[in-house]
Amino acid sequence: MTLSRRRFLQRSAIATSTLIAAPAVFRSGALAAENPITVGSLHDQSGPIGTSGTPMVYALQLAVEEINAAGGLLGRPLKVMHYDTQSNIQLYSQYAQQLAVKDKVDVVHGGITSASREAIRPTFDRFKVLYFYNTLYEGGVCDRNTFCTGTTPAQTVEKLVPSAMKKAGKKAYIIAADYNYGQITAKWMTKYCKDNGGEILSTDFFPLDVTNFGSTISKIQAAKPDLILSALVGGNHTAFYRQWTAAGMKGKIPIASTTFGLVNEPSTLDAAESDAIIGAYGYFEELTTPASKSFVEKIKKAHPDSPYISELASCTYEGVMLWAEGVKKAGSIDRMKVIEALESGLVFDGPSGKVSLDKPTHHTVRNAFLAEVKDRKWSVLETYTDAKPADTASVCDLVKNPNDVKQYIINL
Amino acid sequence: MAIYVILALDVLNGISSLFLLCLGLAIIFGMMKIINLAHGEFIMLGAYATVISANAGVNIWIAMLIVAPLFVGIVGLVIERCLIRFLYGRLVDSMLATWGLSLLIIGIITTIYGNTQQGVPTPLGGFSIGSYQSSYYTLFLAFMAAVMMAIIYGVMRYTRFGLVARATMQNPAMAATLGVNPARVYMSTFALGAAVTGLAGGLLAPVSGITPVMGGAYVAKAFMTVVGGGAAILSGTLSAASLFGSVNQVGAYFTTPVYGEVIVFTTAIVLIRLLPQGISGRFFKGNL
Repeated sequence: MTLSRRRFLQRSAIATSTLIAAPAVFRSGALAAENPITVGSLHDQSGPIGTSGTPMVYALQLAVEEINAAGGLLGRPLKVMHYDTQSNIQLYSQYAQQLAVKDKVDVVHGGITSASREAIRPTFDRFKVLYFYNTLYEGGVCDRNTFCTGTTPAQTVEKLVPSAMKKAGKKAYIIAADYNYGQITAKWMTKYCKDNGGEILSTDFFPLDVTNFGSTISKIQAAKPDLILSALVGGNHTAFYRQWTAAGMKGKIPIASTTFGLVNEPSTLDAAESDAIIGAYGYFEELTTPASKSFVEKIKKAHPDSPYISELASCTYEGVMLWAEGVKKAGSIDRMKVIEALESGLVFDGPSGKVSLDKPTHHTVRNAFLAEVKDRKWSVLETYTDAKPADTASVCDLVKNPNDVKQYIINL
Repeated sequence: MAIYVILALDVLNGISSLFLLCLGLAIIFGMMKIINLAHGEFIMLGAYATVISANAGVNIWIAMLIVAPLFVGIVGLVIERCLIRFLYGRLVDSMLATWGLSLLIIGIITTIYGNTQQGVPTPLGGFSIGSYQSSYYTLFLAFMAAVMMAIIYGVMRYTRFGLVARATMQNPAMAATLGVNPARVYMSTFALGAAVTGLAGGLLAPVSGITPVMGGAYVAKAFMTVVGGGAAILSGTLSAASLFGSVNQVGAYFTTPVYGEVIVFTTAIVLIRLLPQGISGRFFKGNL
């Protein structure tokens, strides 16, 4: 057979088009069979923040398993695309791109520190991927594409400061970590202390690598406060509680903290060092409601060596469930339709109780709990129902300004 | 009045903990010119050895004073044989290798014990001066710093090992000609430095936040102190530790902890500018 130029071109064209079309044909075949809805997950499982991220991943997996066991969403199963961001902001940016562009996921849950959230939020805005941030933080994020399910200072500090003042007295001394979380939280502590007729004697900030707190402990003794408010962060700062106890100050001046016990300080510190420290969060593993008990039981059963199951884990679970409710209500995974469904005042009964999404802020109205460390465990003292994200609400109104995409700094 | 006594104790605490943290580094860097960037991880290993053995039921004093230095000393010995001995005289290579080593140690400890806080209660209690409280542990740290100083001085000045070690550091070729095996001296000096560092980690374990990455908080200050101290191991380290420790504590007391740190680092820069050979390069020449 002679190969004429025309026939050669003809055959090549057929062959090429077959090759190009083949994946599409195969893929549509596969789609009909499986076609999962994809849930992106960006959490640190290693590095300094790994202990915080690990239970979040467990909670996300649990939520997805439960949804799948109940038949999935819209008749389609869920599939998790998880990346370990290794406490590295650069990896956050990189994996966020990958989730948005390559994996084309339908929603992303993740981000732990505020820095990591601000690294990935613009990416999801740009590529129009729905984003859930399930961590407690300083408040102020105002972005229609983003839902923040964790607590903000107005929800916890507002309860913590007056309760601690009622127990201890009106003169407080603030010690906080020297970066945006500590700085902003210290402002909130000052506000709520003054609102309740108290007085701040002094506010000290500590770089994260400070390890010797001797002079601070002397300064606190010289100032003679009734109460210490702590927003210290990280392993090095735990030394404060040790040196405080070593100096025999334990029990002489009560301590209330917005950060202590979020990871696993009560179980790793000696009872003498942690007893009677007061904290307020959106969830405690020790809550005895049936929903909370079964949540903790399921995670512990699947992962017996899970770190402390804190607000981080319960908010992640509730975040995924709220999103699922939104998809069910919208009857679609179209981003705008889901957002509108989520904005319709959706409610989910989770481990922490009733959680509802607030339309103007995209934050949650949720329960807050006050607890005290007793014998290396939290003992829940009080429950405050329906705490509102009043701080973010003071600056953010997505009903009026739906095109906002920034984090406001809340001036006090 | 009482507040000044307390402040003096804070300063003493700052000086003695800094001195303990730096002594091992001064031996390794000052004598052998190996920049051991895994110094912070040796401290961390000492702290972990203490916490883990104490929580396993070993008496806390034995855990701090015997288990920690012994364990880290052995680790140091192994590291010297497997890694450091190929790097004598190669300053930059030794930095790279020990930095990698520090990451490896952090990784191993994280894999075994997880990335969480470890803790051991502080022995000894507090005491009061007037209406102020301080801890006996502060005094104990100062006492241990003094004991360590005496031991190192005694060993280096009065024993045959100290004499041989100093001779080898000064001129390895001449020492070898006189029948000394420099490789062996280097090995034991490195292990000694590691053991002293492990002891510091053990002593600080009850008053520190113990995580696999805790070493990072110490390593910069330790190097600054050793370089600021200059060539003399004891007098140099002691004088630099006294300077930086007291400046830090007094600065933090009268301003804020943030400025306390700034003042220390500024002091270090000025010191190195004025005395490029360190304090002992000018004032304690020829001392130990």
